Amino acid sequence: MNDFSHAFSKALQLIIQLDPALLEIIGLSLRVSITAVLIASIIGLPLGAALALYKFYGRGIIVALLNAFMGLPPVVVGLVVYLILSRSGPLGVLGLLFTPTAMIIAQVCLITPIVAALTRQTILDANDEYHEQLRALGAKASRMMKTLLWETRFSLMTGVFAGFGRAIAEVGAVLIVGGNINHATRVMTTAIALETRKGDIELALALGIILITISLIVTSLVMSARHAAYQYHS
Amino acid sequence: MLHTNTIVDMSSTGALPLQITNLQIAKKGNLLLNEVSLKIESNDVTIVLGPNGAGKSLLLRAAHGLEAPNKGTIKWNAHQPEPQHAWRSYIFQKPVLLRRSVRANLEYVLSLHDVNKSDYDSLISAALEQTGLSKIADRNARVLSGGEQQRLNIARAWVLQPKVMLLDEPTAELDPSGTAVIERLIETIAQQGTKIIMTTHDLGQAHRLANDIIFLHQGCLIEHTTAEKFFEHAETKLARNFIAGELLTEDLST
Repeated sequence: MNDFSHAFSKALQLIIQLDPALLEIIGLSLRVSITAVLIASIIGLPLGAALALYKFYGRGIIVALLNAFMGLPPVVVGLVVYLILSRSGPLGVLGLLFTPTAMIIAQVCLITPIVAALTRQTILDANDEYHEQLRALGAKASRMMKTLLWETRFSLMTGVFAGFGRAIAEVGAVLIVGGNINHATRVMTTAIALETRKGDIELALALGIILITISLIVTSLVMSARHAAYQYHS
Repeated sequence: MLHTNTIVDMSSTGALPLQITNLQIAKKGNLLLNEVSLKIESNDVTIVLGPNGAGKSLLLRAAHGLEAPNKGTIKWNAHQPEPQHAWRSYIFQKPVLLRRSVRANLEYVLSLHDVNKSDYDSLISAALEQTGLSKIADRNARVLSGGEQQRLNIARAWVLQPKVMLLDEPTAELDPSGTAVIERLIETIAQQGTKIIMTTHDLGQAHRLANDIIFLHQGCLIEHTTAEKFFEHAETKLARNFIAGELLTEDLST
Protein backbone atom coordinates (compact mmCIF):
# COMPACT_ATOMS: atom_id res chain seq x y z
CA MET A 1 0.00 0.00 0.00
CA ASN A 2 2.87 2.28 0.93
CA ASP A 3 4.59 1.36 -2.35
CA PHE A 4 1.46 2.29 -4.20
CA SER A 5 1.05 5.72 -2.63
CA HIS A 6 4.76 6.33 -3.20
CA ALA A 7 4.35 5.41 -6.88
CA PHE A 8 1.26 7.52 -7.14
CA SER A 9 2.95 10.66 -5.83
CA LYS A 10 5.91 10.04 -8.15
CA ALA A 11 3.48 9.70 -11.04
CA LEU A 12 1.83 13.00 -10.19
CA GLN A 13 5.29 14.53 -9.99
CA LEU A 14 6.08 13.31 -13.51
CA ILE A 15 2.91 14.90 -14.78
CA ILE A 16 3.41 18.19 -12.98
CA GLN A 17 7.04 18.42 -14.09
CA LEU A 18 5.95 17.76 -17.68
CA ASP A 19 8.47 14.94 -17.94
CA PRO A 20 9.84 14.92 -21.53
CA ALA A 21 9.55 11.13 -21.93
CA LEU A 22 5.95 11.31 -20.76
CA LEU A 23 5.12 14.18 -23.11
CA GLU A 24 6.70 12.43 -26.07
CA ILE A 25 4.53 9.35 -25.52
CA ILE A 26 1.35 11.38 -25.02
CA GLY A 27 2.13 13.45 -28.09
CA LEU A 28 2.55 10.41 -30.30
CA SER A 29 -0.63 8.83 -28.91
CA LEU A 30 -2.66 11.91 -29.72
CA ARG A 31 -1.07 12.34 -33.13
CA VAL A 32 -1.76 8.73 -34.15
CA SER A 33 -5.32 8.59 -32.83
CA ILE A 34 -6.40 12.03 -34.00
CA THR A 35 -5.04 11.34 -37.48
CA ALA A 36 -6.78 7.97 -37.46
CA VAL A 37 -10.11 9.46 -36.40
CA LEU A 38 -9.86 12.17 -39.06
CA ILE A 39 -9.21 9.62 -41.81
CA ALA A 40 -11.94 7.34 -40.43
CA SER A 41 -14.36 10.28 -40.53
CA ILE A 42 -13.42 11.22 -44.09
CA ILE A 43 -14.19 7.64 -45.12
CA GLY A 44 -16.91 6.75 -42.63
CA LEU A 45 -19.21 9.79 -42.77
CA PRO A 46 -19.89 9.69 -46.54
CA LEU A 47 -19.84 5.88 -46.56
CA GLY A 48 -22.42 5.69 -43.78
CA ALA A 49 -24.57 8.36 -45.45
CA ALA A 50 -24.36 6.62 -48.83
CA LEU A 51 -25.35 3.31 -47.22
CA ALA A 52 -28.37 5.03 -45.69
CA LEU A 53 -29.49 6.90 -48.80
CA TYR A 54 -28.54 4.88 -51.87
CA LYS A 55 -29.60 1.44 -52.93
CA PHE A 56 -26.85 -0.46 -54.68
CA TYR A 57 -25.69 -4.00 -55.22
CA GLY A 58 -24.00 -5.43 -52.13
CA ARG A 59 -25.29 -2.79 -49.74
CA GLY A 60 -26.76 -5.37 -47.38
CA ILE A 61 -23.46 -7.21 -47.12
CA ILE A 62 -21.51 -4.01 -46.44
CA VAL A 63 -23.95 -3.02 -43.70
CA ALA A 64 -23.72 -6.46 -42.09
CA LEU A 65 -19.92 -6.35 -42.27
CA LEU A 66 -19.76 -2.84 -40.79
CA ASN A 67 -21.92 -3.84 -37.87
CA ALA A 68 -19.83 -6.94 -37.31
CA PHE A 69 -16.57 -4.97 -37.61
CA MET A 70 -17.70 -2.47 -34.97
CA GLY A 71 -16.71 -4.98 -32.33
CA LEU A 72 -13.54 -6.30 -33.96
CA PRO A 73 -10.87 -7.48 -31.50
CA PRO A 74 -7.97 -5.00 -31.91
CA VAL A 75 -5.34 -7.75 -31.81
CA VAL A 76 -6.91 -9.42 -34.83
CA VAL A 77 -6.95 -6.15 -36.75
CA GLY A 78 -3.34 -5.68 -35.72
CA LEU A 79 -2.45 -9.13 -36.95
CA VAL A 80 -4.11 -8.60 -40.35
CA VAL A 81 -2.48 -5.18 -40.85
CA TYR A 82 0.83 -6.73 -39.75
CA LEU A 83 0.54 -9.46 -42.37
CA ILE A 84 -0.29 -6.93 -45.07
CA LEU A 85 2.55 -4.57 -44.16
CA SER A 86 5.20 -7.16 -43.25
CA ARG A 87 8.12 -7.50 -45.60
CA SER A 88 6.62 -10.48 -47.45
CA GLY A 89 3.11 -9.01 -47.42
CA PRO A 90 1.38 -7.26 -50.32
CA LEU A 91 2.36 -3.78 -49.12
CA GLY A 92 5.69 -4.85 -47.64
CA VAL A 93 7.71 -2.78 -50.12
CA LEU A 94 6.40 0.41 -48.53
CA GLY A 95 8.36 -0.38 -45.37
CA LEU A 96 5.64 0.91 -43.12
CA LEU A 97 5.71 -1.79 -40.46
CA PHE A 98 6.77 -0.50 -37.03
CA THR A 99 6.11 3.12 -37.94
CA PRO A 100 3.41 5.49 -36.66
CA THR A 101 1.83 5.25 -40.13
CA ALA A 102 1.22 1.54 -39.61
CA MET A 103 -0.43 2.33 -36.27
CA ILE A 104 -2.64 4.91 -37.93
CA ILE A 105 -3.66 2.37 -40.59
CA ALA A 106 -4.57 -0.18 -37.92
CA GLN A 107 -6.63 2.34 -35.96
CA VAL A 108 -8.39 3.53 -39.10
CA CYS A 109 -9.41 -0.09 -39.74
CA LEU A 110 -10.70 -0.33 -36.17
CA ILE A 111 -12.78 2.84 -36.02
CA THR A 112 -14.01 3.44 -39.58
CA PRO A 113 -16.74 0.79 -39.07
CA ILE A 114 -17.86 2.57 -35.89
CA VAL A 115 -18.09 5.96 -37.55
CA ALA A 116 -19.76 4.55 -40.68
CA ALA A 117 -22.31 2.40 -38.83
CA LEU A 118 -23.33 5.21 -36.47
CA THR A 119 -23.51 7.66 -39.39
CA ARG A 120 -25.70 5.25 -41.33
CA GLN A 121 -28.18 4.96 -38.46
CA THR A 122 -28.25 8.72 -37.87
CA ILE A 123 -28.76 9.56 -41.54
CA LEU A 124 -31.38 6.84 -41.89
CA ASP A 125 -33.43 8.42 -39.09
CA ALA A 126 -32.94 11.96 -40.40
CA ASN A 127 -33.91 10.89 -43.90
CA ASP A 128 -37.27 9.68 -42.62
CA GLU A 129 -37.91 13.17 -41.35
CA TYR A 130 -36.42 15.28 -44.16
CA HIS A 131 -36.65 13.29 -47.36
CA GLU A 132 -40.06 14.36 -48.61
CA GLN A 133 -39.60 17.97 -47.58
CA LEU A 134 -36.23 18.30 -49.33
CA ARG A 135 -37.56 16.54 -52.39
CA ALA A 136 -40.57 18.84 -52.49
CA LEU A 137 -38.21 21.82 -52.31
CA GLY A 138 -36.33 20.46 -55.30
CA ALA A 139 -33.14 19.05 -53.69
CA LYS A 140 -31.26 16.50 -55.74
CA ALA A 141 -29.76 13.35 -54.24
CA SER A 142 -26.20 14.62 -53.78
CA ARG A 143 -27.39 17.84 -52.19
CA MET A 144 -29.75 15.91 -49.96
CA MET A 145 -26.85 13.87 -48.57
CA LYS A 146 -24.84 17.00 -47.81
CA THR A 147 -27.83 18.63 -46.15
CA LEU A 148 -28.56 15.60 -43.97
CA LEU A 149 -24.91 15.33 -42.87
CA TRP A 150 -24.92 18.97 -41.84
CA GLU A 151 -28.32 18.82 -40.14
CA THR A 152 -27.23 15.87 -37.99
CA ARG A 153 -23.74 17.19 -37.27
CA PHE A 154 -24.09 16.98 -33.49
CA SER A 155 -25.35 13.41 -33.57
CA LEU A 156 -22.53 12.47 -35.94
CA MET A 157 -19.96 13.96 -33.58
CA THR A 158 -20.90 11.40 -30.94
CA GLY A 159 -19.86 8.69 -33.40
CA VAL A 160 -16.58 10.43 -34.15
CA PHE A 161 -15.76 10.86 -30.45
CA ALA A 162 -16.68 7.26 -29.74
CA GLY A 163 -14.22 6.25 -32.47
CA PHE A 164 -11.50 8.41 -30.95
CA GLY A 165 -12.16 6.92 -27.52
CA ARG A 166 -11.69 3.43 -28.89
CA ALA A 167 -8.55 4.40 -30.82
CA ILE A 168 -6.70 6.11 -27.97
CA ALA A 169 -7.47 3.34 -25.45
CA GLU A 170 -6.67 0.44 -27.72
CA VAL A 171 -3.44 -1.53 -27.15
CA GLY A 172 -3.48 -4.77 -29.16
CA ALA A 173 -3.31 -3.41 -32.70
CA VAL A 174 -0.75 -0.65 -32.13
CA LEU A 175 1.47 -3.05 -30.20
CA ILE A 176 1.59 -5.54 -33.05
CA VAL A 177 2.07 -3.12 -35.97
CA GLY A 178 3.98 -0.43 -34.09
CA GLY A 179 6.23 -2.62 -31.99
CA ASN A 180 6.37 -0.24 -29.01
CA ILE A 181 9.74 1.17 -30.06
CA ASN A 182 11.05 3.86 -27.75
CA HIS A 183 11.04 7.36 -29.31
CA ALA A 184 9.37 5.96 -32.43
CA THR A 185 6.16 4.03 -31.90
CA ARG A 186 5.64 4.00 -28.15
CA VAL A 187 2.19 5.26 -27.22
CA MET A 188 0.40 5.48 -23.89
CA THR A 189 -1.22 2.07 -23.89
CA THR A 190 1.82 0.14 -25.06
CA ALA A 191 4.05 2.08 -22.66
CA ILE A 192 1.79 1.24 -19.73
CA ALA A 193 1.92 -2.44 -20.62
CA LEU A 194 5.72 -2.38 -20.92
CA GLU A 195 6.54 -0.20 -17.90
CA THR A 196 4.27 -2.24 -15.65
CA ARG A 197 6.02 -5.43 -16.69
CA LYS A 198 9.40 -3.77 -16.13
CA GLY A 199 8.32 -2.66 -12.69
CA ASP A 200 8.47 1.08 -13.50
CA ILE A 201 5.07 1.65 -11.95
CA GLU A 202 5.48 5.46 -11.72
CA LEU A 203 5.58 6.11 -15.45
CA ALA A 204 2.84 3.53 -16.08
CA LEU A 205 0.67 5.13 -13.46
CA ALA A 206 1.29 8.65 -14.75
CA LEU A 207 0.31 7.53 -18.27
CA GLY A 208 -2.72 5.75 -16.85
CA ILE A 209 -3.88 8.96 -15.14
CA ILE A 210 -3.46 10.91 -18.39
CA LEU A 211 -5.28 8.24 -20.37
CA ILE A 212 -8.20 8.23 -17.95
CA THR A 213 -8.32 12.02 -18.07
CA ILE A 214 -8.43 11.96 -21.87
CA SER A 215 -11.16 9.32 -21.74
CA LEU A 216 -13.17 11.46 -19.35
CA ILE A 217 -12.76 14.50 -21.59
CA VAL A 218 -13.86 12.48 -24.62
CA THR A 219 -16.83 11.08 -22.70
CA SER A 220 -17.92 14.55 -21.64
CA LEU A 221 -17.52 15.75 -25.24
CA VAL A 222 -19.74 12.87 -26.36
CA MET A 223 -22.27 13.83 -23.71
CA SER A 224 -22.31 17.50 -24.66
CA ALA A 225 -22.58 16.59 -28.35
CA ARG A 226 -25.54 14.37 -27.44
CA HIS A 227 -27.03 17.18 -25.42
CA ALA A 228 -26.60 19.61 -28.31
CA ALA A 229 -28.08 17.05 -30.69
CA TYR A 230 -31.05 16.55 -28.39
CA GLN A 231 -31.59 20.28 -28.04
CA TYR A 232 -31.46 20.72 -31.78
CA HIS A 233 -33.70 17.76 -32.44
CA SER A 234 -36.55 18.96 -30.29
CA MET B 1 -30.87 27.13 -64.99
CA LEU B 2 -33.30 29.47 -63.37
CA HIS B 3 -32.63 33.17 -63.25
CA THR B 4 -34.49 35.94 -61.57
CA ASN B 5 -35.98 37.33 -64.72
CA THR B 6 -37.63 33.97 -65.38
CA ILE B 7 -39.17 34.12 -61.92
CA VAL B 8 -40.66 37.51 -62.66
CA ASP B 9 -41.87 36.37 -66.06
CA MET B 10 -43.58 33.34 -64.64
CA SER B 11 -46.42 35.17 -62.94
CA SER B 12 -47.65 36.25 -66.34
CA THR B 13 -47.34 32.96 -68.22
CA GLY B 14 -49.52 30.85 -65.89
CA ALA B 15 -49.18 27.21 -64.93
CA LEU B 16 -52.87 26.49 -65.47
CA PRO B 17 -54.85 24.67 -66.54
CA LEU B 18 -54.08 21.63 -64.44
CA GLN B 19 -55.67 18.67 -66.13
CA ILE B 20 -56.03 15.42 -64.19
CA THR B 21 -57.39 12.50 -66.16
CA ASN B 22 -58.51 9.11 -64.82
CA LEU B 23 -56.06 9.32 -61.95
CA GLN B 24 -55.81 6.09 -60.05
CA ILE B 25 -53.52 5.38 -57.10
CA ALA B 26 -53.53 2.15 -55.13
CA LYS B 27 -51.38 1.14 -52.18
CA LYS B 28 -51.06 -2.32 -50.68
CA GLY B 29 -54.06 -3.44 -52.69
CA ASN B 30 -56.29 -0.58 -51.53
CA LEU B 31 -57.63 1.76 -54.16
CA LEU B 32 -57.04 5.20 -52.65
CA LEU B 33 -57.85 7.39 -55.64
CA ASN B 34 -60.30 6.02 -58.16
CA GLU B 35 -60.66 7.41 -61.67
CA VAL B 36 -60.37 11.05 -60.62
CA SER B 37 -60.68 13.45 -63.53
CA LEU B 38 -60.79 17.21 -63.13
CA LYS B 39 -59.57 20.44 -64.63
CA ILE B 40 -58.46 23.49 -62.68
CA GLU B 41 -58.35 26.66 -64.73
CA SER B 42 -59.03 29.75 -62.65
CA ASN B 43 -56.12 31.42 -60.89
CA ASP B 44 -57.60 31.69 -57.40
CA VAL B 45 -58.14 29.45 -54.38
CA THR B 46 -59.17 25.84 -54.93
CA ILE B 47 -60.00 23.84 -51.83
CA VAL B 48 -59.85 20.07 -51.80
CA LEU B 49 -62.41 19.06 -49.22
CA GLY B 50 -63.45 15.76 -47.70
CA PRO B 51 -63.42 13.66 -44.56
CA ASN B 52 -60.33 11.82 -43.34
CA GLY B 53 -59.21 9.14 -45.75
CA ALA B 54 -60.94 10.73 -48.72
CA GLY B 55 -57.66 10.92 -50.66
CA LYS B 56 -57.20 14.71 -50.41
CA SER B 57 -53.52 14.66 -49.51
CA LEU B 58 -52.80 11.93 -52.02
CA LEU B 59 -54.34 14.00 -54.80
CA LEU B 60 -52.25 17.01 -53.80
CA ARG B 61 -49.09 14.93 -53.50
CA ALA B 62 -49.70 13.44 -56.93
CA ALA B 63 -50.12 16.93 -58.35
CA HIS B 64 -46.64 17.81 -57.04
CA GLY B 65 -45.08 14.59 -58.31
CA LEU B 66 -44.63 13.10 -54.83
CA GLU B 67 -46.79 10.10 -55.75
CA ALA B 68 -46.66 8.15 -58.97
CA PRO B 69 -50.07 7.32 -60.43
CA ASN B 70 -50.90 3.69 -61.15
CA LYS B 71 -53.05 4.92 -63.96
CA GLY B 72 -54.07 8.22 -65.50
CA THR B 73 -52.23 11.48 -66.08
CA ILE B 74 -51.55 14.77 -64.37
CA LYS B 75 -50.76 17.62 -66.73
CA TRP B 76 -49.86 21.17 -65.87
CA ASN B 77 -49.85 23.79 -68.61
CA ALA B 78 -47.34 22.35 -71.03
CA HIS B 79 -45.08 25.36 -71.35
CA GLN B 80 -43.63 25.35 -67.87
CA PRO B 81 -39.88 25.60 -67.47
CA GLU B 82 -37.84 23.00 -65.62
CA PRO B 83 -37.27 22.44 -62.78
CA GLN B 84 -40.89 22.20 -61.76
CA HIS B 85 -40.12 22.98 -58.13
CA ALA B 86 -39.24 26.53 -59.03
CA TRP B 87 -42.69 27.54 -60.23
CA ARG B 88 -44.67 25.19 -58.00
CA SER B 89 -44.22 24.70 -54.28
CA TYR B 90 -45.66 22.36 -51.70
CA ILE B 91 -46.49 22.89 -48.04
CA PHE B 92 -46.64 19.92 -45.71
CA GLN B 93 -48.98 19.84 -42.77
CA LYS B 94 -46.07 19.57 -40.38
CA PRO B 95 -43.17 21.82 -41.36
CA VAL B 96 -39.73 20.23 -41.45
CA LEU B 97 -37.42 23.19 -41.04
CA LEU B 98 -33.66 23.06 -41.29
CA ARG B 99 -31.59 23.53 -38.15
CA ARG B 100 -30.44 27.01 -38.99
CA SER B 101 -31.79 30.53 -38.92
CA VAL B 102 -35.06 31.66 -40.50
CA ARG B 103 -33.10 33.54 -43.16
CA ALA B 104 -30.80 30.57 -43.84
CA ASN B 105 -33.83 28.36 -44.37
CA LEU B 106 -34.92 30.67 -47.18
CA GLU B 107 -31.39 30.93 -48.55
CA TYR B 108 -31.27 27.17 -48.75
CA VAL B 109 -34.20 27.05 -51.19
CA LEU B 110 -32.59 29.72 -53.38
CA SER B 111 -29.33 27.75 -53.39
CA LEU B 112 -31.19 24.66 -54.65
CA HIS B 113 -32.35 26.57 -57.71
CA ASP B 114 -29.23 28.41 -58.88
CA VAL B 115 -30.66 31.85 -58.21
CA ASN B 116 -28.10 34.64 -58.67
CA LYS B 117 -26.51 35.50 -55.33
CA SER B 118 -27.14 39.16 -56.01
CA ASP B 119 -30.89 38.49 -55.93
CA TYR B 120 -30.86 36.67 -52.59
CA ASP B 121 -31.40 39.74 -50.44
CA SER B 122 -34.37 41.11 -52.32
CA LEU B 123 -36.12 37.73 -52.64
CA ILE B 124 -35.54 36.87 -48.97
CA SER B 125 -36.66 40.29 -47.74
CA ALA B 126 -39.82 40.01 -49.82
CA ALA B 127 -40.64 36.57 -48.39
CA LEU B 128 -39.88 37.68 -44.82
CA GLU B 129 -42.03 40.76 -45.19
CA GLN B 130 -44.86 38.83 -46.81
CA THR B 131 -45.00 36.41 -43.89
CA GLY B 132 -44.22 38.91 -41.14
CA LEU B 133 -40.99 37.20 -40.12
CA SER B 134 -38.57 40.08 -40.74
CA LYS B 135 -38.03 40.71 -37.03
CA ILE B 136 -37.08 37.13 -36.25
CA ALA B 137 -35.04 36.47 -39.40
CA ASP B 138 -31.96 35.55 -37.39
CA ARG B 139 -33.65 33.24 -34.89
CA ASN B 140 -33.09 29.49 -35.08
CA ALA B 141 -35.98 28.05 -37.06
CA ARG B 142 -36.38 25.10 -34.71
CA VAL B 143 -37.18 27.21 -31.66
CA LEU B 144 -40.04 29.14 -33.27
CA SER B 145 -43.64 28.69 -32.15
CA GLY B 146 -45.93 26.45 -34.19
CA GLY B 147 -47.53 29.39 -35.94
CA GLU B 148 -44.18 31.02 -36.75
CA GLN B 149 -42.86 27.70 -38.05
CA GLN B 150 -45.80 27.36 -40.41
CA ARG B 151 -45.30 30.95 -41.56
CA LEU B 152 -41.66 30.18 -42.30
CA ASN B 153 -42.83 27.05 -44.09
CA ILE B 154 -44.98 29.26 -46.30
CA ALA B 155 -42.21 31.85 -46.71
CA ARG B 156 -39.91 29.04 -47.85
CA ALA B 157 -42.50 27.88 -50.37
CA TRP B 158 -43.04 31.44 -51.54
CA VAL B 159 -39.46 32.71 -51.72
CA LEU B 160 -39.11 31.74 -55.39
CA GLN B 161 -42.45 33.49 -56.00
CA PRO B 162 -44.06 30.42 -57.58
CA LYS B 163 -47.11 30.39 -59.81
CA VAL B 164 -48.73 27.59 -57.84
CA MET B 165 -48.70 26.74 -54.16
CA LEU B 166 -50.04 23.40 -52.99
CA LEU B 167 -50.88 23.32 -49.28
CA ASP B 168 -51.72 20.14 -47.40
CA GLU B 169 -53.82 21.01 -44.33
CA PRO B 170 -51.52 23.91 -43.41
CA THR B 171 -53.50 24.84 -40.27
CA ALA B 172 -54.24 21.37 -38.91
CA GLU B 173 -51.75 21.76 -36.05
CA LEU B 174 -52.46 25.39 -35.21
CA ASP B 175 -54.72 27.13 -32.69
CA PRO B 176 -57.54 29.38 -33.94
CA SER B 177 -55.51 32.60 -33.93
CA GLY B 178 -52.58 30.88 -35.67
CA THR B 179 -55.05 29.52 -38.19
CA ALA B 180 -56.47 32.99 -38.84
CA VAL B 181 -52.98 34.38 -39.52
CA ILE B 182 -52.20 31.62 -42.01
CA GLU B 183 -55.57 32.02 -43.73
CA ARG B 184 -54.99 35.74 -44.18
CA LEU B 185 -51.53 35.03 -45.54
CA ILE B 186 -52.92 32.52 -48.04
CA GLU B 187 -55.51 35.06 -49.19
CA THR B 188 -52.85 37.71 -49.71
CA ILE B 189 -50.68 35.33 -51.70
CA ALA B 190 -53.65 34.36 -53.85
CA GLN B 191 -54.54 37.99 -54.46
CA GLN B 192 -51.00 38.61 -55.68
CA GLY B 193 -51.56 36.06 -58.42
CA THR B 194 -50.28 32.74 -57.05
CA LYS B 195 -52.66 29.85 -57.62
CA ILE B 196 -53.58 28.15 -54.34
CA ILE B 197 -54.66 24.53 -54.15
CA MET B 198 -55.19 23.48 -50.57
CA THR B 199 -56.65 20.51 -48.73
CA THR B 200 -58.70 20.79 -45.59
CA HIS B 201 -61.35 18.89 -43.68
CA ASP B 202 -62.46 22.12 -42.03
CA LEU B 203 -65.74 23.32 -43.55
CA GLY B 204 -65.42 26.80 -42.08
CA GLN B 205 -62.01 27.22 -43.60
CA ALA B 206 -63.25 26.02 -46.97
CA HIS B 207 -66.08 28.50 -46.70
CA ARG B 208 -63.75 31.37 -45.87
CA LEU B 209 -61.12 30.73 -48.53
CA ALA B 210 -62.50 28.78 -51.46
CA ASN B 211 -63.39 30.01 -54.90
CA ASP B 212 -64.03 26.47 -55.99
CA ILE B 213 -64.33 23.20 -54.13
CA ILE B 214 -63.17 19.73 -55.04
CA PHE B 215 -65.09 17.34 -52.82
CA LEU B 216 -63.63 13.86 -52.41
CA HIS B 217 -64.99 10.85 -50.61
CA GLN B 218 -63.34 7.44 -50.33
CA GLY B 219 -61.02 8.16 -53.21
CA CYS B 220 -63.70 9.32 -55.61
CA LEU B 221 -64.38 12.80 -56.93
CA ILE B 222 -67.92 13.59 -55.85
CA GLU B 223 -68.24 17.24 -56.85
CA HIS B 224 -66.09 19.96 -58.37
CA THR B 225 -67.94 23.24 -58.41
CA THR B 226 -67.79 26.85 -57.24
CA ALA B 227 -67.77 27.37 -53.50
CA GLU B 228 -71.02 29.28 -53.69
CA LYS B 229 -72.80 26.49 -55.48
CA PHE B 230 -71.27 23.83 -53.26
CA PHE B 231 -72.40 25.39 -50.01
CA GLU B 232 -75.80 26.59 -51.24
CA HIS B 233 -76.96 23.84 -53.57
CA ALA B 234 -74.67 20.83 -53.38
CA GLU B 235 -75.76 18.34 -56.00
CA THR B 236 -75.02 15.11 -54.17
CA LYS B 237 -76.40 13.74 -50.96
CA LEU B 238 -72.86 12.93 -49.81
CA ALA B 239 -71.84 16.58 -50.09
CA ARG B 240 -75.01 17.81 -48.40
CA ASN B 241 -74.46 15.35 -45.54
CA PHE B 242 -70.85 16.45 -45.19
CA ILE B 243 -71.85 20.12 -45.10
CA ALA B 244 -74.50 19.30 -42.50
CA GLY B 245 -71.78 17.71 -40.40
CA GLU B 246 -73.26 14.26 -40.53
CA LEU B 247 -70.95 11.30 -40.63
CA LEU B 248 -70.48 9.84 -44.03
CA THR B 249 -71.12 6.23 -43.30
CA GLU B 250 -73.14 5.26 -46.32
CA ASP B 251 -71.70 3.45 -49.27
CA LEU B 252 -71.10 5.32 -52.51
CA SER B 253 -73.48 3.09 -54.43
CA THR B 254 -76.50 4.22 -52.43
